[in-house]
Amino acid sequence: MAAVEQNGNGPLAIEVRALRHRFGRQQVLNGVDLDFPRGQITTIVGPSGCGKTVLLKHLNLLLRADSGKIVIDGVDVTRLGNRGLDEVRKEFGMLFQAGALFDSMSVFDNVAFPLVENTRLGREEIAPKVREMLANVGLEGMEAKYPSELSGGMQKRAALARALIRNPKLLMLDEPTTGLDPTRTGSIHALVRHTQQRFGLTVVMVSHDVPAVFEISDHVAFMHEGRMRLSGTPAEVTAANDEVFNRFLAGRAAGEEQGASAL
Amino acid sequence: MVERLGALVIDNVTALGNFVLFLGTAVWCAVTPPYKPRLVIRQVRIIGAESIVLVGLIGAFTGMVLGLQGYNTLRRFGSEGALGTVVALVLVRELGPVLAALMVTARAGSAMAAELGSMQATEQVDALAVMAINPIQYLVSPRVIAGVISFPLLTSIFDVIGIWGGYLIGVGLMGAPGGSYLNGIAQNMSGHDIMSGLYKALVFGLVVMWVCCYKGYHAQRMATGVSRATTEAVVLSSVLILAWDYFLTSILL
Repeated sequence: MAAVEQNGNGPLAIEVRALRHRFGRQQVLNGVDLDFPRGQITTIVGPSGCGKTVLLKHLNLLLRADSGKIVIDGVDVTRLGNRGLDEVRKEFGMLFQAGALFDSMSVFDNVAFPLVENTRLGREEIAPKVREMLANVGLEGMEAKYPSELSGGMQKRAALARALIRNPKLLMLDEPTTGLDPTRTGSIHALVRHTQQRFGLTVVMVSHDVPAVFEISDHVAFMHEGRMRLSGTPAEVTAANDEVFNRFLAGRAAGEEQGASAL
Repeated sequence: MVERLGALVIDNVTALGNFVLFLGTAVWCAVTPPYKPRLVIRQVRIIGAESIVLVGLIGAFTGMVLGLQGYNTLRRFGSEGALGTVVALVLVRELGPVLAALMVTARAGSAMAAELGSMQATEQVDALAVMAINPIQYLVSPRVIAGVISFPLLTSIFDVIGIWGGYLIGVGLMGAPGGSYLNGIAQNMSGHDIMSGLYKALVFGLVVMWVCCYKGYHAQRMATGVSRATTEAVVLSSVLILAWDYFLTSILL
């Protein structure tokens, strides 16, 4: 790892150490080391297939590592059993790439779902919380709609409301702006920043929306071939002038120009 | 060559093991709290209540064709009076459970595999897990319980409608004696006949839900994966229904 020293030694929310994961013959994670500082936005960027989504699946405990450890608030979660994992997960909110709203339920029921299933709150206590959360993400009056009736950006907002309804300590976002136009991308980024500041969350984001995502990130890690090649503040990562990273940035820009000229 | 053969054997044994473990997990989740009675009721509605019309329709036609064929065959031996017994025994012991199970597989089993498959493809299953909800407990166990409840009930409906369908054609149309049709059933049908049909339905309910949920749950995360899972679910369920039918008959006879 071409190390760019991190400044500020606040308490860590998550430490990942020497994490490895193999699918068949493919070594997808090849010794990942990364710290996610508490109360800040850390963004993992990298080309498709570099392992960033797999890394996120380890952080939200859907996959088990072959070796290495993940320490969340001092607990090594790679050693926990199913019940222990569920306890840790109750502190998480997760926004999936396509939203992953339950399409058999209305927006209201989707957002209320974590409260209905995991708490003893009654319907009359849940309803105002859901309405308030929907207002936070700019979806007032959409309670009765079904996910299929919402636009892509609105689905992401509804999914974000569901992720936040239990006041998580950690919010994970898997490519929150994929498939959105630049205006909506900007508004989702602003919403993430606003939400992070309002609730004081630790945010882990996976994105290939560079360099737009740098504006809202406190820390950026560039992932390449299953490990972290660069990490630090956006300014430090940009200043590192790393060859692979520059090629990635240039490739993104070229791809966007191609996409634009195709239109 | 040897290496490839070995890999093939290991893959298949692993898949079989996963298949059995899947049912084990689903049953374990069904008997341990938190219980989800509302989800079970919902699935009984989808698998059971919404299949009643279809099962009744198939039951009526099956009974009617049995009445027709049975009457024509029995008349050759001059024993039209046994028509009721023949129709009822064939329906209750054999055709009721098997045909009802096949119809529910086609209607509800395929839909279930497709639903679970697309939930997997759109990360809805992962979303449940991240919200600290066991996806097997939430999605699979209620369906398995609902299958075990619904199949015997649907089979009973199939049997009753089929017997009346046979009566309609055999007695109403062809002119077999109505009194001996019903009387024959009452005298010759034992509780064991009825129970063996219902045991079969119970086992089929378990097998169909097990296969359809497994195939849907493990669908590859893309559109073709979902369609393949649905096809495999229906084919494998149908084969297993008929295979189990043979073994159960030989045990219960």
